[in-house]
Amino acid sequence: MSRRLWGSVGFLVVLALMVGACAPPATPEPTEPPVEEEIAEEDLPVRAAFVYISPPGDLGWTYEHDRGRLMLEDELGDLVETAYMEDVDEGPDAARVIRQYAQEGWDVIFTTSFGYMEDTYEVAEEFPDVVFEHCSGYMTRENMSTYFGRIYQPRYLSGLVAGAMTEENLIGYVAAFPIPEVIRGINAFTLGVRSVNPEAEVRVVWTNTWYDPVVEREAAEALLDQGADIIAQHQDTTEPQKAAEERGMLSIGYNSDMRQFVGDSVLTSPQWNWGTYYVDTVQDIIDGTWRTSQFWGDLESGVVMLAEMSPLVPDELRQQVETERERILNTDWDVFCGPIADQDGDEAVADGVCLSDEEMLNMDWFVEGVIGEPG
Amino acid sequence: MRIVFEKRERVSHTVRVLVPVISLVFALVFGAVLLLFSGVSPGAAYAAMARGAFGSSRALAETFVKAIPLMLTGLAVAVAFRMLFWNIGAEGQLAMGGLTAAGVALFASEGLPSWSVLPITILAGTLAGALWAAIPAALRAYLGVNEVITTLMMNYVAILLVSHMYHGPWRDPAGYGFPGTARLPETAWLPRLYGRAHLGLFFAVVAAVVLWFVLQRTKWGFELRIVGENPEAARYIGIDIPRLMLVAMLVSGGLAGLAGVCEVTGVMRRLQQGLTVGHGYTAIIVAWLAQLNPWAVLLVGFLLAGLLVGGDQIQMAMGLPAAVGLVLQGALLFPMLGGALFTEYRLRIVRTATEDFRTPEETGLEEAGS
Repeated sequence: MSRRLWGSVGFLVVLALMVGACAPPATPEPTEPPVEEEIAEEDLPVRAAFVYISPPGDLGWTYEHDRGRLMLEDELGDLVETAYMEDVDEGPDAARVIRQYAQEGWDVIFTTSFGYMEDTYEVAEEFPDVVFEHCSGYMTRENMSTYFGRIYQPRYLSGLVAGAMTEENLIGYVAAFPIPEVIRGINAFTLGVRSVNPEAEVRVVWTNTWYDPVVEREAAEALLDQGADIIAQHQDTTEPQKAAEERGMLSIGYNSDMRQFVGDSVLTSPQWNWGTYYVDTVQDIIDGTWRTSQFWGDLESGVVMLAEMSPLVPDELRQQVETERERILNTDWDVFCGPIADQDGDEAVADGVCLSDEEMLNMDWFVEGVIGEPG
Repeated sequence: MRIVFEKRERVSHTVRVLVPVISLVFALVFGAVLLLFSGVSPGAAYAAMARGAFGSSRALAETFVKAIPLMLTGLAVAVAFRMLFWNIGAEGQLAMGGLTAAGVALFASEGLPSWSVLPITILAGTLAGALWAAIPAALRAYLGVNEVITTLMMNYVAILLVSHMYHGPWRDPAGYGFPGTARLPETAWLPRLYGRAHLGLFFAVVAAVVLWFVLQRTKWGFELRIVGENPEAARYIGIDIPRLMLVAMLVSGGLAGLAGVCEVTGVMRRLQQGLTVGHGYTAIIVAWLAQLNPWAVLLVGFLLAGLLVGGDQIQMAMGLPAAVGLVLQGALLFPMLGGALFTEYRLRIVRTATEDFRTPEETGLEEAGS
C-alpha cells in the first residue's frame, strides 16, 4: 500500500474516531420506584450472568459459585438462562465485562469478588434497570445488593479440629489480603484452635492475591518449612492443601469440600453453598419481590457449613465439634463473644459482650495466638 | 531442487497489500479450525466477536478504552524501532507514568488551582515515562549497553515499584485493607467522552499526527530514519547518533508514560492492580503490524483492541472457557506477524545446479544477525 493510501486510511480512521468521540453521552434514565409485580411472560427466562475471578476449575471459591449457578439452572429450568465469564482480573477489565453484560440485556449480574465492588457500583449507577448482586462487599444501591455468609462460624469449628490435631502446636495460614473478611476468618479459626489447645499458634502469610496457584503453594511450603504441621487457608485453589499432602502433613481446606480433591489429609473444610441464595434471588426477581439487601447467611441458613470430616479425625473430636456447632445454632452465643484477648494479650472483647455485625465487618486486629501483622 | 528464503530486492506495492490480506485470511481459517475443534460454529463466533467489539456505541467505547493505551504505547515503540532502538520497556515506562500521575494527583494537588491539577498530573506522568526511558537510552548511547536487556529489566523494577506503592505506603487507609490507593481527586480525572472512552483518544490522535509530520517532514525525522536504515551512512554524514537516540527515547518513553497517565486518570481513577496488564508488550505487535507507520498504529491499535474486547464474547456468547479466547487471539495474531516476514523476504525454488551453491552470506539472511 502506498504512503498516500496509508495516509488516507489513517485520516478516515481519525475521522471515525472523532465522530464516535463526539456522540452525545446517554442521558441517565430516571429511576422508578420499585413495583411489586410478577415479571411478564415475554421477559422470561430471567438472564443471570456471573463474573468469576478464577476458573470454576479452581476447585475452591469459583468452583462453589459455579456449583450454585448450576443448581440455579437445575431448580428453575426454563425460567432462567445463565452465563459466566471466568478469570476476570479486578481492575479495568472487570468494569468492562460487567458493563458488557449489562448492555447486552442481562437481568441480574452476580459479581463474585471483593475487588469488583466499585466497578459493580459504577455500572449499577449507569443501568438502573439491571439487578446487581455483589459478593462480599459493602456498597449497595437501589439496584445493587451484597451477599455473603458467616463463614467465620464453620471456620471456628474447623479451628477446633486443627487445634486438637496439631503436634507441633504451629498451624500455618495462607491468607489472601489483609481485609476484614480475611482477618475475621483468621481470628475465628484461631479462637477455635486456642479453645482446645491454648499452646497452639497460627502463623499467617499474606499472598496479596486471591487466585494464583503458584504463589499459594509457595506460601504453604514456606509455612511448612517453618515447622507448621497443619495448613489452613483463605485462597481460591487447593494448592496449599496439595503442598501439605505432599509433605505428609495435614490441612484444613476452604470454599469447597477439598478432601474430595486432595485426600484425607484435608481434615475438613469450611464450605460455601451458594445455590439456595441464587435460586431465592432469581425467584424474587421473577416474583417482582426483589429488593436491595445485605445478606449475611449463617450456619442455619446453609450458605455456610462445615464439610464432612476426614476419617483421620477421632470420634471424640467430632463429638466436640458437633457440641460447639449446636451451641452456635441453638444459643445466643457466637464466635466473637468475650472474653477475647488481642494479639498483645489485652482485653479486646469483655466477658459477656458480643461483637456487633458492624464491628465484625470492620475487623482490623488479630486475636491472641496469631503470629503476623493484620495489614 | 531446494527452497531458499531470500530478501526481496524491492518491495512492491502489491506485496505490501497482498501479504497482510493473505495473512488475515490464513489467520481466520486457522482460528476457524480451532473453533471447530471447540465445538462452535466459526461464523457465529466471529460474528459475536465483531458485535462485541464494534456492534454498538457502548461496545465501541469499550474498544476505544482498550485501544488508547495500545495506540500510545504502539507509537512509543514505533518511534524507537524506527532507529533500531529495541525499546521493550514501554510497559515499565507506562507504569512509571501511571505511578507518577497517581502520586501527583493524590499527594501534590492540594493547594493548586483546580484547573491546573490535570495538566500538571499529565505532564509529570509523561515526564516520568520519558526519564525512565532515558536511562537505558543513555546506557546504550554512551556505554553501548544492550537496550533489549536494560529496557526489559527496568519493566520489572517499575511494575514491582507500582505494586509496592499501592500495597504499602500509598494504600488507602479507608480501603478496608484492600490494596489500592484512595480515589484520585476529581480535579485530576481525565474527562470521558462517551461511556468510559476518555480524552486519551485525542492525545493518541494528536501524537500520531505530530509524529507523522516530524518523521516525514523534518530534518530530525529524516535523520532518525537514516540511523534506522543505515547507521554507517548516518555516522558518515555526521549525525550525532547518541544525542538523537536520547531524544528519540525521551519521546518514546513520554508517549508510553502518557498511556499510563491516561489509564490511571481516565479509566481506573486510582492506582491499583490492573495498570500493567501487558499493553507495553502488545504495543510491539501493534508497531510491527503497522510497519512503524503512525497512522497505521492507530488503525492496528483499534483493530487489535477490537480483537481483545471481542474475544470476551467467546466466553459470554459462546460459553467457551477463557483459555479458548486467549488461544484464538494468539492463533489470529500469529499468522499476521509471521506473514509480515514475507513482505521483506520471499521463498524461491532453486533448481539444484552447481552455480547455485551459494554460501549463507550470499543469501542475505545473515544480515539480520550482523
